[in-house]
Amino acid sequence: MIDRDELLHVARLARLALHEDELDATAGELSTILGHVAAIEELDLEGVEPTAHIGDVSDSLRADHVRPSLARDVALAPAPAIRDDGFLVPSPQGE
Amino acid sequence: MAGDIQSLSATAAAEAIANGGLTRSELFEHYRIRAAADTLNAFTWVADVEPAPVDGALGGVPLAVKDLFCTEGIPSQAGSKILAGYCPPYTATAVANLEAAGAAVLGKTNQDEFAMGSSNENSAFGPVLNPWDHSRVPGGSSGGSAAAVAAGLAPWALGTDTGGSIRQPAALCGIVGLKPTYGAVSRYGMIAFASSLDSAGPLTRDVADAALCYRHMVGRDGNDATSVVFPEPIETPTAERLDGLTLAVPTALVDGEGIEPGVRQSFEASLDTARSLGATIIDCEIPSARYALSAYYVIAPAEASSNLSRFDGVRYGLRVDESNLDAMYTETRHDGFGAEVKRRILIGTYALSSGYYDAYYGRAQRVRTLVARELAGIFERADFIVTPTSPTVAFGLGDRTSDPLAMYLSDLFTIPMSLAGTPAISIPSGLSEGLPVGLQICGPAFSENRILGAAHALEGAIGFDGSVTWGGAN
Repeated sequence: MIDRDELLHVARLARLALHEDELDATAGELSTILGHVAAIEELDLEGVEPTAHIGDVSDSLRADHVRPSLARDVALAPAPAIRDDGFLVPSPQGE
Repeated sequence: MAGDIQSLSATAAAEAIANGGLTRSELFEHYRIRAAADTLNAFTWVADVEPAPVDGALGGVPLAVKDLFCTEGIPSQAGSKILAGYCPPYTATAVANLEAAGAAVLGKTNQDEFAMGSSNENSAFGPVLNPWDHSRVPGGSSGGSAAAVAAGLAPWALGTDTGGSIRQPAALCGIVGLKPTYGAVSRYGMIAFASSLDSAGPLTRDVADAALCYRHMVGRDGNDATSVVFPEPIETPTAERLDGLTLAVPTALVDGEGIEPGVRQSFEASLDTARSLGATIIDCEIPSARYALSAYYVIAPAEASSNLSRFDGVRYGLRVDESNLDAMYTETRHDGFGAEVKRRILIGTYALSSGYYDAYYGRAQRVRTLVARELAGIFERADFIVTPTSPTVAFGLGDRTSDPLAMYLSDLFTIPMSLAGTPAISIPSGLSEGLPVGLQICGPAFSENRILGAAHALEGAIGFDGSVTWGGAN
């Protein structure tokens, strides 16, 4: 139902590395789960509206006022790497 | 005195402190020692010292908190290697509300990674053992919270429920677990799994404790746009009868395959007890229930695949060092996430991807509408829907780890209420083969007071003795 190429495409979308020795087992597991959830294809859902969210989420805007927030050093403290006042990451082009 | 302290419910302990019969430090130290000596792997962190006291109705009663909640300066790892050692700079609103009411955080409890699981075997910090039988799972994902309360390592605990993660472990450990109406408790500071389903609630020894804890959790929070004002105060339940109440049983679902005879028997006995208390039992149908499980396993992974994109090695948690940015992202996520979390990220990404969106996510959202409609229809002629909480008692460690689908079936009875956003409680209904069975009572949105009342009446009549485990020596 989901082959290696499709799996690699989805993993790429999810920014999740899958190593060569993981591909077949993962594709098998996903196919089994997708086969099960495909049961929803049997239902006649003509005219049924989708529900993205239960409950009334209208009127949820707050006033656009500046409020106190985390201090910069506190927000940076858990980061694996920082430089100056920002998060430090490797170059997109590599070294 | 230690035995006396151990026998007190959280409500009774708060009263003893208010009356001066017990000091908050005595109580905290009693549980701190028990939690620190935990042999079930229920805790991932235990306080060294009592937190600074806060005056309030909860009087310093120690609280165990599922690791999914952010707690300022205290490890909050969501059962994941990708958050190993992470100490957040702020505290979740649900926890902060309880602290403001006088609760003292005792420790953080183990869980399935990012709350994805029904056995607590998906934790990066190892499985939790069931206090009733150490060769069995406590349920999940709030398995550490359930085991800690059931074993008397904490008077009560916080958990979260996305598809059954409070109710199912409460059932498997012989305690009470309440999943609130969606939005009644703020999700701010709960590490997100599936935002349209995630709910925070209490796991307790008895129904009165659940009401007391819940009373101090609810409320609108400016930091969670989906949170709402609870329309009435949460009362202390006192009901002893069910006169005039109608309980609906989804017979076809409860008679379905996979339900253990002992669970079925305990459920039937609970219905007899309800009748003897004056309730009327009627049949009902939730025709879309068998599709609800499938819809859930599209919707929850879809939302999770989006929520978990924040774990990228940049701002917190694990980073795998690579020479370019993209490899750093993908290898960090490869090494940091466990197998079940990766499965769900991939399923969710697939279901949301171009060409599949309508067939999977779109249809699942329509099934969700059907489920909510069907439950609403039942509540027009019944006060509550009742089912067993879980089709089985606690299963053996390792029994279902190789079969994700078998694991998913643990949530068959709890998922419809999650999709509909309606509240439900699990209370112990008895034993099957020496292991606890849970009874689920579900009502319409914001019916928590009525659910707690009915649960209190049934609890009294059933007379389940949880002190078998929480009264013990750990």
